[in-house]
Amino acid sequence: MSCVEQMKYKLYLERTSFREAREYIEKTSDEVYYVDPGYKIFKDYYIIGVPPIAMGVKGKELVFTYVKPCHGTFVMAIESEEEIERLRAREMEKVKATLTKGGRSQAAAAAPASFQDMWKR
Amino acid sequence: MAENESALLMMGCPEVPVQMSIVLYLSNKLAKSGHDVTVAGTDAALKLLKISDPEEHYVTRTIDIDRCIADIVEKKIDFDHCFAFMHSDAGVTYAATVSAISHAKMHAVIFGKNAEELADTVDFPSEKIVAKAVHNPMPLKNKIDRVVS
Repeated sequence: MSCVEQMKYKLYLERTSFREAREYIEKTSDEVYYVDPGYKIFKDYYIIGVPPIAMGVKGKELVFTYVKPCHGTFVMAIESEEEIERLRAREMEKVKATLTKGGRSQAAAAAPASFQDMWKR
Repeated sequence: MAENESALLMMGCPEVPVQMSIVLYLSNKLAKSGHDVTVAGTDAALKLLKISDPEEHYVTRTIDIDRCIADIVEKKIDFDHCFAFMHSDAGVTYAATVSAISHAKMHAVIFGKNAEELADTVDFPSEKIVAKAVHNPMPLKNKIDRVVS
């Protein structure tokens, strides 16, 4: 059992498909960031998902997908300013790297738009 | 597949009966041909496996599926091949994750009532082994035999 199940969480969607969960986060979050599979949050949860994996910020909540093999995908939210700041800082670093190196191709490399993009890296 | 390569057999939810028999069958087949086999699964799936193979004739190494993902991300382990078993959207999601974080050659073993439809949703690079099999393992076994000689 991951640590996130032992934290105080809220469920926005339960037992849905990963695609629907991603679309829900994209439509309902104040801010949306994209991470690679395996991105670690909290103490020991590595994000499971099909790229691009959306993570949202809604107020003080980090909104993310949580996948269980027998139960499908959940959209879970946990209040964590620390995780939100880490996500924003990571995005800022990606933008800085793009500005430093310049060019449209660098921007594309910073944020994969699809699984195929990521696979090509 | 060359001899002595490592293979991960990643089980999905154990609710579809053919999965366990094919995992045992494939593990045995790979081990006999010189491969180093590890089976990953949920707690329930691993319990089913251990009850089915109490003396570890077919499977000698197991790992919790989420621990396996974590260890691959942390670069503690990796595999030459991954056979990802899936009959649901969650199974596809786990397989896509391993495909992204591991260097393993992916083999998507897709079964269940909606195998063909599910196979269409698999868009990560993989060799697809697809059979509409729920209770009868033979269609899936035959497909496996064509891929793993």
